[in-house]
Amino acid sequence: MATMTKKKLVQWDPAEVKAELLAKYPSKVARKRAKQIMINEALANETPEISANVRTTPGIITMRGCTYAGCKGVIMGPTRDIVNLVHGPIGCSFYAWLTRRNQTDAGPDGENYMNYAFSTDMQDSDIIFGGEKKLTAAIQEAYDLFHPRSIAIFATCPVGLIGDDIHTVAKRMKEKFGDCNVYAFSCEGYKGVSQSAGHHIANNQVFKHIVGENDAEKPGRYKINLLGEYNIGGDGFEIERIFKKCGITNIATFSGNSTYDQFASAHKADLNAVMCHRSINYVADMLETKFGIPWVKVNFIGADATAKSLRKIAEYFGDKELIDRVEAVIAEEMPEVLAARADVRTRTEGKTAMMFVGGSRAHHYKELFNEMGMKTISAGYEFGHRDDYEGRQVIPTLEVDADSRNIEEIHVEPDETRYNPRKTPAEFKALEEAGYAFKQYDGLVPDMDKGTIIIDDLNQYEAEKLVELMKPDIFCAGIKEKYSIQKLGVPMKQLHSYDSGGPYAGFKGAVNFYREIDRLVNSKVWSYMLAPWQKNPELSASYVWE
Amino acid sequence: MLLRHTPKEITERSALTINPAKTCQPIGAMYAALGIHGCLPHSHGSQGCCAYHRSALTRHYKEPVSAATSSFTEGASVFGGQANMLQAIDNIFAVYDPEIIAIHTTCLSETIGDDLKQIKKRADAEGKIPKGKEVISCSTPSYVGSHVTGFSSMVISMAKMAEPTGKKNGKLNIIPGWVEPADMEEIKRLVGLAGVKSILFPDTSGVLNGPLSGEYKMFPDGGTTVKELKSTGDSIGTLALGEWCSGEAARWLDANMKVPCRVLDMPFGLSATDRFIDALRMIAGVSVPDEIALERGQLVDMISDMHQYLYHKKVALVGDPDQLIAMTEFLVSLDMCPVHIVTGTPGKKFEARIKEITKDMPFEVNVRAKGDMFLLHQWIKNEPVDLLIGNTYCKYIARDEDVPFVRWGFPILDRQGHQYFPTVGYKGGLRLLEKILGVLLDRLDRDAPEQSFELVM
Repeated sequence: MATMTKKKLVQWDPAEVKAELLAKYPSKVARKRAKQIMINEALANETPEISANVRTTPGIITMRGCTYAGCKGVIMGPTRDIVNLVHGPIGCSFYAWLTRRNQTDAGPDGENYMNYAFSTDMQDSDIIFGGEKKLTAAIQEAYDLFHPRSIAIFATCPVGLIGDDIHTVAKRMKEKFGDCNVYAFSCEGYKGVSQSAGHHIANNQVFKHIVGENDAEKPGRYKINLLGEYNIGGDGFEIERIFKKCGITNIATFSGNSTYDQFASAHKADLNAVMCHRSINYVADMLETKFGIPWVKVNFIGADATAKSLRKIAEYFGDKELIDRVEAVIAEEMPEVLAARADVRTRTEGKTAMMFVGGSRAHHYKELFNEMGMKTISAGYEFGHRDDYEGRQVIPTLEVDADSRNIEEIHVEPDETRYNPRKTPAEFKALEEAGYAFKQYDGLVPDMDKGTIIIDDLNQYEAEKLVELMKPDIFCAGIKEKYSIQKLGVPMKQLHSYDSGGPYAGFKGAVNFYREIDRLVNSKVWSYMLAPWQKNPELSASYVWE
Repeated sequence: MLLRHTPKEITERSALTINPAKTCQPIGAMYAALGIHGCLPHSHGSQGCCAYHRSALTRHYKEPVSAATSSFTEGASVFGGQANMLQAIDNIFAVYDPEIIAIHTTCLSETIGDDLKQIKKRADAEGKIPKGKEVISCSTPSYVGSHVTGFSSMVISMAKMAEPTGKKNGKLNIIPGWVEPADMEEIKRLVGLAGVKSILFPDTSGVLNGPLSGEYKMFPDGGTTVKELKSTGDSIGTLALGEWCSGEAARWLDANMKVPCRVLDMPFGLSATDRFIDALRMIAGVSVPDEIALERGQLVDMISDMHQYLYHKKVALVGDPDQLIAMTEFLVSLDMCPVHIVTGTPGKKFEARIKEITKDMPFEVNVRAKGDMFLLHQWIKNEPVDLLIGNTYCKYIARDEDVPFVRWGFPILDRQGHQYFPTVGYKGGLRLLEKILGVLLDRLDRDAPEQSFELVM
C-alpha cells in the first residue's frame, strides 16, 4: 500500500503541535493565533471558545478571499438569468469568470449568462472623474444587447473609495427600463474580514430587491426552499433528483442552478431547509420574520446525513404520505451506497483527514469521512464565525467589532398582507417537544473528538507544519493550497471546486466521494517520490554483467 | 449553445466589456516576481486580489504559488495601508524568510494614494528589513494597462536593482517577457548552445514547473538570483524579447546603466527566432553552431512537408500583444491567414504592427487592441475561420462555432504541457506546428466522407 511508506508520528501530542505551529511567529501574531487554534476538550455540557471572524494578519499567507468574492462569486454567481455586471477595473470580473464550477441547466434555449463576464473595465479617468457615467452606459448596453429580466451591479474596491453612487444609478435604470430589475451590491473587497461579509451583503440585497416580487402561486406539494446550496459539480442536481423522487417541491435554491424567478417566489415556500448556514442564514431569518416561513438546518453531504435531512423535512410537514415516501426512497437508495461504502472501507478504515474550508463545509464533509471510517484529526473554517464552531446559541454573546459593524443589518418587519405563520403555535410546540429543532445548528466543535485540533483561518505556514507533524492521509482545502500539500507527498482534495469532480451531495454523491477518496489515498503515485538510487544511495556491492 | 446570447450583429460598445481578453496589472507583477529566486511576491491591497491571482496562476501552472497580502480592512482603506505593509514586512521575514519581497500595488492602495517608496524608507529606518535582504516594489493600479503592463512594471523594478561595479561581467541580459517556464528554459538552452553567457530575468523555470519528490520548497531552486539582478548593470548588452513585456526595462538599463539594448519580437515561429539568434550572434560576437542551424532546418522541413494543410487557412487569434505579433508573423510565414486578431491590452501600436505584418494577405484583417472576446466571437460569426488560437476561455467559442482550437497563451486551465514543452525557438515552432496540424487534420478526419477518408496525410 502506497501510504504505508510514510512515517507517522506515533502519538502526536496536540499541545506540542499547537506550540510548534506558533513557535516561529512574532509574539503579537502568536498571541492572536493562539486564540484561533483550539485543542478540543470535548466537554460534555460546554463548548470551549475559539476566536473566529477576526482580521487576517497582514503578511501571513491566508486562504481567505474578499467580500466581493463572497457576494458576486459565491451567492450571486450561480444564478443564470441575471446579468452580473462588475463595476471596477477588469481583474475582479475576470477572476470570477466560470472559476467556481457552479453548474446550471438552462435547457436548450433558456437564458444563461453564466458563461459571460461583464465589466465596466474602469480606467484611470473613471477613477479620477467618477465612474457613474460609464456604469450607466454599461447597464444600457447590456440591456440593449440582451434584454435580461435583471441586472445586478457589483462594486469593487475603488468604487467605494471614489464614492460612485451605484444604488442610485441602479434605481434610475430600473425605472427607465420598466421591465428589468436593476440593483447594486456595495461589496467592495476591503469590507469585513473575509468572504463572509460578502455573503451578508448579497443576502440583504437579494431579500430587499428580489424576494417577494412574484406572488403567482407555484404548483406542487411540500414546498421548500433549499438555502446555501451552490450546485458545485452538480450537487444541486443530485439533491433535486432526490426531492423529485420524494415528491418535495423545491421553490427556490439559494443559489445553485437558480433563476431570478426562484428568488422572487421564495416566499411561496413553507419551509426553508438551510445547508450552508454561514453564507445564507440571514435570508432564512428574514424570510421567517417577514413571511412566517420557519427554517431548519439540513445537510445533504453524506448519505446518512441526507437520509436524516429528508426525514427532518418530512417530519416538519407531518404528512404520512410524505413520511412513507421518504422512507421508501431512502430504502431504495441506500443499498447501493452501503455496498460502495463496505467496499471502500476495506481500504479507508482508520485513515486520517484534515479539512480547512468554507464556513459550514468542513463540518459537512466530516460526515462523509465518518461514513468511510476515516477520522478527522484537525479541521477549521476559512471564514466561519464562532457560531459555526460552537453552535447557534452563542450568537447573542458575540461581540460586534468594527469590521462587522460596517456590514448593514437590515431590519425586517412582518409583511402586512403576506405574513403567514406556517404552523400554529401549538403545532410548533408539539414538534419541539418531540425533539424537533428549528433554527438550530450545533457547529463543528461538538462533533470533533477530544484532542483533535480546530483551527480558524488556517494559513499556508500552519498547513505545511500540520501536515509535516501529523501526516494525515488526506488534506482538504482549496486550489491555492492544493499543490504545496501534494509536494509533501500527501493527497489533497479540493472541497471548494471538487477538482473537477462531483457531485458529492446526496446518495449518488456519497458514492462518488467514497470512490474519489479511495482513489486519492490509495493512488500508486504517492509511492514514486524517490528514485531507486535515492532510496539506496550507497554503492555497496559491485554489479557484474554476465 | 454556451454563448447563446452573443448576436452576430455587431454594435459599438463604449462602456461595457464582455468576456475580457486581458486581466489586471497585479497578476503580471506577481508572475514576474516569482521569477526571482527566493522571492515572496506581496500584494498591497485587500486580500481578495492576492487570493484571485494565486488561484489563477495555480490553475494555470498546477504548482504552488506563494504570495502574501497586506489584507486591507475598511480602516486601512481610509487611513492608508502603511501600518499593514510594515506589519507584513515584519511577519514575512520572521515566518517565511525570503531573500527578497517584491511588492506590487492594487487599485485599492493606488486609489488611496499609498506611497510604497516612502513606506520602504520607513521600514528601512525602523530596521524592519534584515541585513542582506531586499524589498523592491512597483506600481500596478488595476485601472491602467493590463496584466502585460503589470508584468513589465515588475521587470522594470528588477532592472532597477542593477548595481554596476564598473567592471563588465561578459554576460548578456535577456528579458524573455511573459512566457512559460518551459520557454524560459528553452531560451537559456539556445543561448547556451550559441556559447553566450547570460542573465535571464525573470526566470520562472524551476519555479513553476517543479518536481514532486515529497519535499515542499516554498522557494524552489529556480529563478534569477538577487546577485544576478544586481549584476545586470555590468552586462555587455540587453536583448529584450517583446516590446510590451520587456522593452521598457531594457531601455532603462540602456539609459541609466549604459548597457546597450535591442528590443526584438518574442522568438515564436521561424522569422522571429531567426532574428533572435542573429542578434545573439552579433551582440555576443559568436558564430551560430550547426545544432541551431539543424533545428531551424527541421522547422522549415515540416513547413514544406505540410504546407497543403496550412495554405490560406483562416485563423482567429486572441492573447497578449507580444505573443500575437510573433504568432501573426509565423502564421503569415506559413501562408495561413490570420483574419481576426484581438488583444485586451491597450495600444494603437499593436494594431499598426499587425496591419503591417498582414498587409499582403488576400483577406482583410480585423484587429483590435483593448478589444474583448465577445467582439472576437462576433467577428467569427460574420467571417468564419478554420482555426482559433487563444487561452482556455476560447473553448466556449470553439464549441459553439465548431472551430478547431489550439490552446496557447494565458490562462490555460484545462490542458497540460505548456509548463513543460516550449513554443519559443525552432523546437517550439515545431511544437506549435504539431499542435496546429493536429487539430486541423483531426477535423479533416472527422468530417471526411468514408470514400475519401485518408490513411496517409
